[in-house]
Amino acid sequence: MNTEALKDLLFRLADDDLVIGHRNSEWTGIGPVLEEDIAFASMAQDCVGHAQSYYTLIHELGEADPDRLAFHRSEKDFRSCHLVEQPIGDYAFSLIRHFLYDLAKQVRLEALTQSSYAPLAQLADRIRREHKYARMHATTWVRQLAAGSDEARLRLQSALNEAYPMALGLFESTDFTETLAAEGVQPAESVLQSRWQQLLEQTLAGTGLSLPGDFDAAAYMGGRKGYHSEHLGPMLAEMTEVYALDPEAVW
Amino acid sequence: MVRPNPTREQVLDWLQAVKDPEIPTVSVVDLGVISEVETGPDGVRVEMIPTFSGCHALGFMQIHVEECLRAQGLEQVEVKVNRNKPWSSDYLTEAGRRGLRAHGLALPPRHADGPDEPAECPKCGSTRTQLLSPFGPTLCRAIHQCGDCLETFEQFKPV
Ligand SMILES: [Zn+2]
Repeated sequence: MNTEALKDLLFRLADDDLVIGHRNSEWTGIGPVLEEDIAFASMAQDCVGHAQSYYTLIHELGEADPDRLAFHRSEKDFRSCHLVEQPIGDYAFSLIRHFLYDLAKQVRLEALTQSSYAPLAQLADRIRREHKYARMHATTWVRQLAAGSDEARLRLQSALNEAYPMALGLFESTDFTETLAAEGVQPAESVLQSRWQQLLEQTLAGTGLSLPGDFDAAAYMGGRKGYHSEHLGPMLAEMTEVYALDPEAVW
Repeated sequence: MVRPNPTREQVLDWLQAVKDPEIPTVSVVDLGVISEVETGPDGVRVEMIPTFSGCHALGFMQIHVEECLRAQGLEQVEVKVNRNKPWSSDYLTEAGRRGLRAHGLALPPRHADGPDEPAECPKCGSTRTQLLSPFGPTLCRAIHQCGDCLETFEQFKPV
């Protein structure tokens, strides 16, 4: 099995979960209702836990300790996509980002439980079980709010128009996409993207929300190759600083 | 003086003394997080798995397991965490389920992969209950409300 290809995939999985985990933790104490405050904090804790598990697999492939991988890599070595790097914005944006991200995560995890790389298949099965609650949360809230006032629906639609092109960066191909598919580690990104698209359309049916038809996603590509939005650098600096103060606190 | 190696059963019996720091009525054994015990001439090796991957209590449990075994006079003790192996609420033992109830938590269904079942209200026993949020004060708990006595209660989540 091609170790470089495996590491490429694992860094994408780990970095996305770490970065969105830290973003979602920023809702702590400022959520629109206490229940949502707790939900975003819990989902953040879940995602950071998943990241830690992926970094552990990378470590087992010969790389540095999981905490070094998370907190002491330079920005250009990160493989996160632009969607997860964005600031939290308003609640509608964070909710829609969570919805787009966690449906994509579901599709990917389902595929990875069949991975030819056994440790990853096993880990994906574990994470999939935990992750059903994040998916349930996203779907319930998007449907509930969309069924509410016109204003709420408009705000969700506008967040969807903004976040959807960014979310396409989740499926940006890398130099290893074909190798990973050929070796049975993970289906091609384009395959996962079309499954996600189908799931999104099914889930949004009847909500009055629709995916934007006219957009340009090109500006949001590059994350998988180390070209990030301007938001990642400051966030990593902050994370590393917190880690330096108390290495136990961050996980 | 050379003492005989403890058996696996003996080790699990000792570990009954190590409780989940968040649910002190349930031991690590009954929580199902002790995934392997190996004993031999070189000592004891224990493998643990997290309930939820992001669970903050796991590190404490790992330390407490090691301390517990050393307190039994074992010198060679290795306690490792395997983050890949799935954990399921199905791994809770009967004693574990009783411990959760004693702590005031509603139980998960016996089969996490089975059909969805409403949680049973720990106050009045009603199953006319509704999930308010899948996220409670810790990762392993969800919040429900009873339709009969109106109590809001926590359930140990099915996973
Ligand atoms: Zn009741």
